Amino acid sequence: MNPELTLKDDEWAIFRLRMLYRQYGYTYYKMSKFEEYDFYVRNKNFLDSDNILTFTGTDGKLMALKPDVTLSIIKNAKDGERALQKVYYNENVYRPSPTSHDYQEIMQVGLECIGDLDVWSMSEVVLLAARSLETISSRYLLDLSHLGFMAGLLDQAGVAEEDRGEMMALVGKKNVPALTQCCRRLGMDPDLAGDLCRLATMYAPPVQGLEALREMVRNETMAQALEELESVCALVGDASSHLRLDFSVVNDMSYYNGLIFRGYLPGLPSGILAGGRYDNLLKKMGKSAGAIGFAVYLDLLEHMDSREESYDADVLLLYGPDTAPNKVARAAEENRRAGFSVRTERQVPPGLKFRWVREVG
Amino acid sequence: MINVALPKGRLGEKVYQIFEAVGYECPAIREENRKLIFENPQRGVRYFWVKPADVPIYVERGAADIGVAGKDILLEYRPDIYELCDLGIGRCRMCVAGKKDFYDTMGRTLRVATKFPRIAKEYYSSLSRNIDIIKLNGSIEIAPILGLSDVIVDLVETGKTLLENDLEPKETIVEVSARLIANKVSYKFKNQEITALCGQVDQFCRLRAEQERREMA
Repeated sequence: MNPELTLKDDEWAIFRLRMLYRQYGYTYYKMSKFEEYDFYVRNKNFLDSDNILTFTGTDGKLMALKPDVTLSIIKNAKDGERALQKVYYNENVYRPSPTSHDYQEIMQVGLECIGDLDVWSMSEVVLLAARSLETISSRYLLDLSHLGFMAGLLDQAGVAEEDRGEMMALVGKKNVPALTQCCRRLGMDPDLAGDLCRLATMYAPPVQGLEALREMVRNETMAQALEELESVCALVGDASSHLRLDFSVVNDMSYYNGLIFRGYLPGLPSGILAGGRYDNLLKKMGKSAGAIGFAVYLDLLEHMDSREESYDADVLLLYGPDTAPNKVARAAEENRRAGFSVRTERQVPPGLKFRWVREVG
Repeated sequence: MINVALPKGRLGEKVYQIFEAVGYECPAIREENRKLIFENPQRGVRYFWVKPADVPIYVERGAADIGVAGKDILLEYRPDIYELCDLGIGRCRMCVAGKKDFYDTMGRTLRVATKFPRIAKEYYSSLSRNIDIIKLNGSIEIAPILGLSDVIVDLVETGKTLLENDLEPKETIVEVSARLIANKVSYKFKNQEITALCGQVDQFCRLRAEQERREMA
């Protein structure tokens, strides 16, 4: 019997992802299930939702079931070390579903790389994101964006901080008609407004995408961001054919900066992987290091065409009240040795499916 | 093959005419029957009729790659989708309306009847106004007449229904029209097909709007 088939899709994915991260020298990080609620209140803008499952601990403190793993890792990250901290995790988090709005348990596997990051360490994380998707489907796509490039453009246009949220939300929806109106309302330079709209609609492989970006560079921030994107696209090797530049991948700029990315698989209604560089979050916690990481949301795998068997067992082995127990044991063992899964019963169990039904004797 | 969720009703029929005009026709859709799904493999398109408020759900969850929904529905349900194009049809306004003689003293909680509680809440929250939302599912105009609410938040097209019920629009919250929306993942995996379709629809709608403007002038 194939051992792969005894594992559910998400368990199989976890197994392969953990192997992958170990191959790249990442160390396993196991954390407690709870954090003090106050910790999330202080960093609530980093979270997708304000809703957090809470309970009172035995010492009377208000505790929370973790809605996020990254915050806990960052909180405990050592600052000022020269060596990078490379960790991976496999944890359940608890968040409201964006569609049903009820709390759900989400199995999350991911990694974080914290410290004095260089271009290679960033590229390695992007490469690992690509490889993570590849372990699940060879037809994956990984969208890359760079908040520095966007911020450079908005700086150039003199867009005030309070207007950036609205603009980013429109870019996130690729809503060019509303974005054009917004730029006009804010009196933005028409050329820069045109570039912003082009960024919003961009969905291109690295070669074409980078070419288009080169024509938009207007200041040092944009040039640096472009350089980073160029290096990463060049350093990920074969995986670059699965990369797409898409600036509608947006995140809160007060936490994220630089490179951000999302991973998609065919057949799933939403992204399965999300990550990016979040130095600003560390800064908010009083740390000077850089950080980049991503998470894979494995609960979504339930929506994919399963490779799991459509039978509960290969063979149902039926025996009568007079059948000798050793005969049942022998017949079952013979079938198992032939590679089949076997269930022994005196009657056909209701609601279960078997490939074959056999009788002992 | 692109799966398209169309809103059942008059708006959906207008939308289909646009799709047909730009080369995504599906003659079976015009046959008189109770079928809900229509396909034209040559044009690579499959249409299905769904309740207008359900279009974003089909698109967000990937059952449809693209769809057409009113801006009112998108603002109320906030689906995680791309909003690619304004079709410029089904134009109306989301308004606050009340009895002609209604005087808002600002000194008490305002009772607001609506089918769109989220839009109403956000609008009044932006004004820092304390309100009591009364969620109704239809015939909203009756609410102020019977004293159930002080005002209503509802879509106003010509204002005729309001007028006939002795009501009038007081404020416009947002302009509404039909939008072409796309599932985020479909947009990536069927990028060429969706971009081509969207480009043609967008161009058609722009030309038509321009033509209408010229005729008006």
